[in-house]
Order: sequence, then C-alpha cells, then structure tokens
Amino acid sequence: MLDAKGVQSRAAFFQAIRSFFIDRCFLEVDTPIRQPLVIPEQNISHIPSAAQFLQSSPELYMKRLLAGCGRDIFQICRCFRHGECGRLHLEEFVMLEWYRVDADYFDLMSDCEDLLIFLQGAFSGEGLPVSLQQPWERLTVAEAFTRYSSVSVSDALQEDIFDELLVEKVEPHLGIECPTFLYDYPLALASLARQKTTEEGVAERFELYISGVELGNGFSELTDKKTQRQRFVEEYSRMEGECSGQKRLPEKFLAALDSLDRAAGIAMGLDRLLMLFWGENELKNVVTFSCEELDL
Amino acid sequence: MFAASDLRKGLKIQIDGAPYIITKFEFSKPGKGQSLYRCKMRNMITGNQFSQTYRSNEKFEKPDLSERKMQYLYNQGDEYHFMDTENYEQTFITTEQLGDNIKFLQDNMELNVLFFDDKPIDVTLPIFVNLLVTIAEPWAKGDTSGNDTKPVTVESGYELQVPPFVVEGDKIQIDTRTGEYVTRVKE
Repeated sequence: MLDAKGVQSRAAFFQAIRSFFIDRCFLEVDTPIRQPLVIPEQNISHIPSAAQFLQSSPELYMKRLLAGCGRDIFQICRCFRHGECGRLHLEEFVMLEWYRVDADYFDLMSDCEDLLIFLQGAFSGEGLPVSLQQPWERLTVAEAFTRYSSVSVSDALQEDIFDELLVEKVEPHLGIECPTFLYDYPLALASLARQKTTEEGVAERFELYISGVELGNGFSELTDKKTQRQRFVEEYSRMEGECSGQKRLPEKFLAALDSLDRAAGIAMGLDRLLMLFWGENELKNVVTFSCEELDL
Repeated sequence: MFAASDLRKGLKIQIDGAPYIITKFEFSKPGKGQSLYRCKMRNMITGNQFSQTYRSNEKFEKPDLSERKMQYLYNQGDEYHFMDTENYEQTFITTEQLGDNIKFLQDNMELNVLFFDDKPIDVTLPIFVNLLVTIAEPWAKGDTSGNDTKPVTVESGYELQVPPFVVEGDKIQIDTRTGEYVTRVKE
C-alpha cells in the first residue's frame, strides 16, 4: 500500500492529467466497464464478469462517443487483462485514452510531447530516466528492425518472430536518451488503424517508449466500415481462449464509423507513466495496492 | 506438466531430459502482440546457463527431483561419499558437481542431497556451519595498516577474513550463502 505521501502524489498526477485535457477543451467521458462483447483482437484474454466481460480497453465505446459528440474526448479508467502479470504488467491497471476528431497519428505524437512536458513542469519529473527536451526520436518499425535486429520486418513477420525480436532486440534501444516514437506498424498488427495511403501494408500506428518501456499505443482511426468489418472477421479467426466462440460483430460500433471521418486515438498506461516519473522500475511500487496486497 | 503461465523465477523445469532452474524471469507483451515469457535458466547438472523466450502455448515437463537427508563420510580423489541417514545407502558426488560447497564440507556433516532421476546432482548445505581454524597468523601488534580483519584457513581448506582475535584451534561459524565469518563458537 502506498504511504500517505504516495497516495497524495498519485492523486495529484491524475488530477494534473485531467486538467491538461480539460484545458485543451477535451470532454471527459465515462463508458461501461462491463461489456457484452469483447473487442475482436487476438492476444488479449478477457476476464469474464457474469455473462459479460471486464473491458480490456474502452476503445469501441469511446469511438462511438467520438462519432456521436463530434469533439475531442478523454477518459481515465480501469482496464483488465487476464494473465498479464509482471514488472510492467498488471491484470488491473489505469488507462488514459484520448480521441480527437480531424486529427491523425502525428497530432497524437504532438499531444504526447505536450502532455509529458506539461507533467514535467507540474511535478519535478526528476525521477524520469530521460530528457524530455525536443525533438524526440521518431523511428519507423522498419528502420528499427534493420538497425537493431538485423532482420527485416517482412522476414520477421514471415518467420513469425516479430514479437520476440521486438521485445529482445529492438525495445531495449528505444527511449534511452529521449522518448522514442516507434511508428508505421505492419498493417497485420493494427486491426483498428488506418492504412497509410503512401505505403502499402503499413498502418498509421505508433507506440511511445521511454527507457524501453512501452507507454502508449496510438493510431489514425480506421473509419471505413467495410474494411473494419473484414479486419474483425480476420481477427476472430485468429482468436483463442474463452472469447473464441464469439462470432457476433460489434455492429453498433461499425455503424458509428459512418459518422466518423478523420480521427485519431491513443491509449496510455498511467501506472507505467507514473512509474517513470517516480523513477521506479516496477509497477507494484506505484499502484495504491499491489497484487500482493489485495487481501482485506 | 507446467504451462508457460506457470513460469517464474525459481521454478524447476525439464528441457531435453535435463533439469533446469529459472534464475531470471520477465513477462513481456508488446502492444497488440502476444504474451512472451522470457527466462534465463541454469542447467542443474552442468551449471550451463541459457536464455529462452517462450510463448503461451508451450508446455514443460516437471523434472523428477527429490531431496534426501545424508551424511558426508569422506572423499576419495574427486569422489565425495555420502550416506543416507535412514537406509544407510551410499552414493558419491563429484568435485565438479559440488562446486563451492566443498569449502564448507566437514566429516559427518548432515545435509540434503538433491537427486534427479535417482542420480545425485547437488547438495544443500545448512545455512551456518562451524569449522575449525587450522591456520591463523597472529595479529601483528601495532599494525597500522587500518585493516580490522585478517585471513585464516579452516579445516576444509577454505580461506576467509575474520576479526583479529580469532586464533588457531578456534571454531568459527560461517554463513554458507555468503562464505563470510559470523561469530566465534565456544564448544
């Protein structure tokens, strides 16, 4: 359990993030934590709750709101992912998601820079292992694989070793001197992101890294209903586990895409961000109650 | 069988017929990617280390390991002989397998011997052992070097640093985890 000073600092951190977005005219929204359908995405194991599931992300509800409200929105909420436990993973964690209309993934990168620099000003940020002085590094996935893994992205995908190379060879080099934006992901790894018009097979998706720690995943939203439907069907075919029987598509979400034109959204793990600001290297040192302290 | 999600530091698994202990473990999962279980392991027989990343669908056999309480009898060259204190069965372990543990062996000492598929592969020493000091230089009076310890050798041949008041013939307690002096023992 955090001590009184820790609880206070954690609260101040979240409040500062809220004020950052409210000052920029983002609307704070809330969405159901329990969902009858899971986001069709392989590699995420959901925690059942009665006949529903605890959310792994508020993404689909947020995008329906974005379409419905037609203005920038944000939310700080709890997300749940079964079986993800470790130094940098918690089964229950705090997520910050923000979505913008008439924006793309480069706008989100600028938001990230503004947010972190704002937080550094609000708090000392002296625990941060890197300097936030701009410019931050921007590296495409293709460049990163060539530079650090000596295997090209296409070979890595073909040989089915993309994740292993990313984690073992690439990530340790990201966000070392300054934060790194790793961007332009293979389309196959970005089920809800828009395809880059100038490059086939590449999606407008990025991840922000500091000290090898992945902080946030953002992308230009895929707003084409037909393509999104097709991608969901493909994801279903690759899904395993308790949700693999789910065949019903999130039709209301798909219908909402008709009202969305250019949009972009990002999810950022706030426990991880706080961990970096406090100069800690394990999530359990920054959450109010760690996994080992859950018992009442 | 163990699943990948069972992997953690300290777990013992069997790979290619050999027992391994996981010495370092990290769960990783890149955004939108799959769960990866990154392990650093030590072969419990050869001591060789290697790193491997596993996916969630991997399964691992549980090595057949058992511990028996035994007494150290004597050594003959590279063979260190032990006797089971319950059924008096004898077995030996090689110098190489014993590694640093040799420094703390004492005749008739009771300890736990680890067996893999009925073959002894390692010993677990008591945390503290009392050993006789066999060589100790007298403390040079007026030593101004500022050192507050001096080297001595104990009956097993192991050399360590102790406070100046320890003399030949003393029994001293040693922490086998660190190899360091704990206290002088009166018997």
